Amino acid sequence: MTNGRLLSQEDISNIKLADLIESKKSTKRIQIMTHQILGYPDFETNYEMIKLFAKYGVDYVELQIPFSEPIADGPVFLKANQDALKNGVTVEQCFAFAEKVAAEFNIPFLFMTYYNILYAQGVEAFVKRSKEIGIKGLIVPDAYPEGSAEYFEACQKHGVDAIVLTTPYTTPERMEYLNSLASGFVYCVARKGVTGSKTKFDDATTEYIANCRASLDVPIGVGFGIQEREDIDYLAGKSDIAIVGSELLKVLERDGLAGVERLLAELTEEK
Amino acid sequence: MHKEGYFGQYGGIFIPEILYPAFQNLIEEYHKIKEDESFWNEFLHILQNFSGRPTPLTYASKLTEHFGKAKIYIKREDLNHSGAHKINNVIGQGLLTKRMGKTRVIAETGAGQHGVATAIMAAKMGLKATIYMGAVDVERQYPNVFWMKQLGAEVVAVESGQATLKDAINEAMRDWVSSFEDTHYALGTACGAYPFPEMVTYFQSVIGKEVKQQILTAEGRLPSRIYACVGGGSNAMGVFHEFLPSTEVELVGVEAGGKGEESGQHAARIAFKQAKVGVAQGYKTLFLQDHEGQMQETHSIAAGLDYVGVSPILADLHEQNRVRFEAALDHEVIEAVKLIIKQEGIIPAFESSHAFARAFAEIPNTSKDDIVVINLSGRGDKDIFNIAEGLQDDEWKTFIARRHQQYQAR
Ligand SMILES: Cc1ncc(COP(=O)(O)O)c(C=O)c1O
Repeated sequence: MTNGRLLSQEDISNIKLADLIESKKSTKRIQIMTHQILGYPDFETNYEMIKLFAKYGVDYVELQIPFSEPIADGPVFLKANQDALKNGVTVEQCFAFAEKVAAEFNIPFLFMTYYNILYAQGVEAFVKRSKEIGIKGLIVPDAYPEGSAEYFEACQKHGVDAIVLTTPYTTPERMEYLNSLASGFVYCVARKGVTGSKTKFDDATTEYIANCRASLDVPIGVGFGIQEREDIDYLAGKSDIAIVGSELLKVLERDGLAGVERLLAELTEEK
Repeated sequence: MHKEGYFGQYGGIFIPEILYPAFQNLIEEYHKIKEDESFWNEFLHILQNFSGRPTPLTYASKLTEHFGKAKIYIKREDLNHSGAHKINNVIGQGLLTKRMGKTRVIAETGAGQHGVATAIMAAKMGLKATIYMGAVDVERQYPNVFWMKQLGAEVVAVESGQATLKDAINEAMRDWVSSFEDTHYALGTACGAYPFPEMVTYFQSVIGKEVKQQILTAEGRLPSRIYACVGGGSNAMGVFHEFLPSTEVELVGVEAGGKGEESGQHAARIAFKQAKVGVAQGYKTLFLQDHEGQMQETHSIAAGLDYVGVSPILADLHEQNRVRFEAALDHEVIEAVKLIIKQEGIIPAFESSHAFARAFAEIPNTSKDDIVVINLSGRGDKDIFNIAEGLQDDEWKTFIARRHQQYQAR
């Protein structure tokens, strides 16, 4: 299967994300990050999904802590956030689950959530706890850089990567500013809109990704609307990481774990 | 941007990166129009010729007599075209939309007043409009939905979350992250990411400017106290802003007390001291939330006050002790509606009636030398179904049943 599996035998707990991504580059044409909304449909299924991720050599996993107002999420994730909360999923349960999988699987895990979830516990306390349970990085889409100094400082202090985002609308000056904050890798959002619908990868996207690559000092991951093998092939050689989100959840809901396994096999197969 | 956009510890910008260009553009244009006197004049001209400004400051002689204490004046925002203060903000943002060269507006609405105002503005200014409204509110305020559609707006019923105002805001944001290149989000209240709280206040400040002139003409002095209801806070900021430096004028914001402090069914973020500082919907303010940061359910008889957050400007003014916060309960509001209708021949919106309910509770403690101004943010026609229900009016029920039969017979 993938060479990543060899690497994953090493203990990753003391390796920085950026170094890990760099080290895998020589052996993998593209690395893959997948996503889970914690507690949706339930933690047992989350666990089974992560087992599949490990089996297919997925390189990184985003664990999304549900929030009642997920403004950057499209219909599929929105519903999952709200159903999880309706079922009584708590932030505490998410931490407990993340601690367990981070200890058990040799995959770097990141938390994805919204700023208020951090704010409610105290931004620094949240970051510190994340570090303590083995979380490598945080993705917080509404931590708008100009207003979130507290967050970036806490991440730096505790050695957790605050993943910044760029978009096709990011100006050169802003790219430079975001680069100054970047650590781990940069999440290059492939298009406007929310999560969930398909992205058409065209010349403009190619140029955008090349521009991110040239302007940023850390590795890059491209996400939003990555759904099939063709998308991964397109990104190979352009981006370090392909980020697959809603599609996995859609397939889980439609075809169950067997469907997810088929999709993962297709996405990760070395051709 | 640094501390620009903060009001004390509240406000700021907490948005997905994709909206960066939209906000840069908006902040730039907002600064330009604030410097540009001709913009304000054009704004006033439209409000005067289209919406009937200045709205009167009515001396409520019978209510004054009824209580036998302070003199009561009512600021008549209900007499605006569209029936509420919301049109002030919408005309301002419509002009701004044109300036930015955008061809479409989107808006959230709770009571439907901001939605109707936006639909009216869009029709008049030749813009496309999409209005997001919680499915619960669509049911509560159907007359406004009807009018929005007649006016040519697309109305989207939002089923997610609690299907009320905050969910409509989320859905409008989701539209905006894909559409910002040709679309302006005309936020309807003094909330959201900077510059919205300040910009909406700027447009609504026309209310307080008029009140000041009108009361000086009528009484030769400033009022002792001003009451306004607070949903997001736009009518309150609109009437308060001009008086902020006049510390002898007490400013009272009235929130939706719903079914009471212990009921868990209210939207009194500040008055019931149950809200905590948080970050959501693009800004930092006091939100009704649980200890893990999930937003809580809210309730009010008035759809327009049924909101988890509050203007960051008001949160700060409260912290500075400049604005006092109180709550009015659903049943107190119904009593206030009855009294206003009978005594003054005015049909008030449920939202605005919160300000009256609290004023009525406090007026016994005033003196005859006091002057109280109550902001009547909107008229109650839209609430005909709810008011009839609140009053348990049997003739109305029979009428609806008769109509229902007629429709079924066809
Ligand atoms: C008549 C009326 N008053 C008040 C409000 C509350 O909004 P705000 O607090 O922004 O004035 C609404 C909102 O829908 C309304 O329709």
